[in-house]
Amino acid sequence: MRFVIGLPFLWLGIFFLLPCLLVLAISLGTYAPDSVPPVELGLSIKSFALLFSDGLYLAAWLSSLRIAATSTLVALLLGYPMAYAIARTAPNRRPLLLMLVVLPFWTSFLIRIYAWMGLLADNGLIDQFLRWSGLVSNPGTILGTEWAVHLGIVYAYLPFMVLPLYATLEKLDDSLLEAAADLGAKPLAAFFTVTLPLSLPGIVAGCLLVFIPAVGEFVIPDLLGGTETLMIGKVLWDEFFTNGDWPLASAVAVCLLVLLVGPIAIFQRNQARSLEKRT
Amino acid sequence: MTGRARLAFGVLAFGYAFLYLPIALVIIYSFNESRLVTVWSGFSLKWWHALFANEAMLEAAWLSLRIALVSATGAALLGLAAGYALARAPRFPGRTLFGSLVVAPMVMPEVVMGISMLLLFVGSERLFGGPDRGFLTIVVAHTTFSIAFVAIVVQARLTDFDRALEEAAMDLGATPWVTFRTVTLPLIAPAVGSGWLLAFTLSLDDLILTQFVAGAQSQTLPMRVYSSVRLGVDPQINVLATIVVTVAACALILSGWLTRRKV
Repeated sequence: MRFVIGLPFLWLGIFFLLPCLLVLAISLGTYAPDSVPPVELGLSIKSFALLFSDGLYLAAWLSSLRIAATSTLVALLLGYPMAYAIARTAPNRRPLLLMLVVLPFWTSFLIRIYAWMGLLADNGLIDQFLRWSGLVSNPGTILGTEWAVHLGIVYAYLPFMVLPLYATLEKLDDSLLEAAADLGAKPLAAFFTVTLPLSLPGIVAGCLLVFIPAVGEFVIPDLLGGTETLMIGKVLWDEFFTNGDWPLASAVAVCLLVLLVGPIAIFQRNQARSLEKRT
Repeated sequence: MTGRARLAFGVLAFGYAFLYLPIALVIIYSFNESRLVTVWSGFSLKWWHALFANEAMLEAAWLSLRIALVSATGAALLGLAAGYALARAPRFPGRTLFGSLVVAPMVMPEVVMGISMLLLFVGSERLFGGPDRGFLTIVVAHTTFSIAFVAIVVQARLTDFDRALEEAAMDLGATPWVTFRTVTLPLIAPAVGSGWLLAFTLSLDDLILTQFVAGAQSQTLPMRVYSSVRLGVDPQINVLATIVVTVAACALILSGWLTRRKV
């Protein structure tokens, strides 16, 4: 048993915990463009000070949070009815419907985002459709805007929303709804007073599973967004690969983690609580 | 159909159309004659020929497959150990830390994990002169990232099943190791298998972590795809997408069929 615990413990300590501490150490160093690697170790808060004084970084934080939050809301509004409809179909059809939700997740993330590049481009199919249908005479470019980024996030993370919602809605006891109806509740009232509160753990889990990765997202804003789309994952990437400022990139990473500690803690408490209920 | 059934059908039709139309279009346009992915100009297999003649892409695919095989196997072994420890060892020093270390990589933003892993490898290069960044560092990064996914399914499986089976084996005189091999392992094998498959897929698809730790020499498939996609739409990527989707669908149908047969 000692070996069974020790091996993964050691591995994660070296390859996960130690690197995290290194990021913290580097973020307190100073940028030294002429040395390799471009860092001078020390105890300076210069990088953090820059992060909080430069409006660019603050704007990137805020727009990351805003884009992640609105995308999460849209994914919830789309995912909830889907999960509800799946949970209400005949039990023998549910595995197939669920598999169809999961399948895109097993294909490549990159390729699914790529799929939208062709659709959203100038003269792409959506552009052509909008012109042809006459709904919008001059749709303008969608690719390279925040609209496209929202769309990409909703599309990529929708399965993460649907699955936990389905898990709670599937367990919902039908007799509760019947009781509500017997007591005179209209279907809509029964939904808001019975179904919705009972599915709250699923809502919390689904929203956080979309929100947490969306905040630090890089690929979607890079491929679907434009130059004016600021997101913190992209800022970190550019600081690191383009500007080579390792301490600043590390400071961004530290801040991103601190920012996400809250949502992650809520997520884990939520999971632990529903696990307890199961046993 | 009642009104409610019709509404449910409409919701599902819209949802699945949203999920699948973009993929379907990518597949259709892989057979397009034109270079433009927006104009259909006739059926052609020329992009299929072009992809299979694209040495760089094939080499990257081969590298990605090897990395995925090794890292999924590493993650399955370490994840099995971690999941087993979490489910069967109620207390040991540092258990809380251990528990959060196991699941943390799942919720850690990938850019943060990428930069932290790279700093570790740069540090070890400075201190010990190695390892060179490439195959090995990518495997280590992917393994670390995937342990969580195996550990969680193994732990869930172990908490669900009847411990009396293990106790019976012990009562009958089996050593802990024999009990594990003959009772526990066969019961959790499907969980380990699906964890392995998930780790394999995640490794094959990972871009961000890989980009940080790959070094200058190694180019995995997602890295190649990314650099070509950045320059715009490329029909060869459509072909690749068609292959990936087909393989994923077949694998999922196969695994669904296998699990259903067992029950």
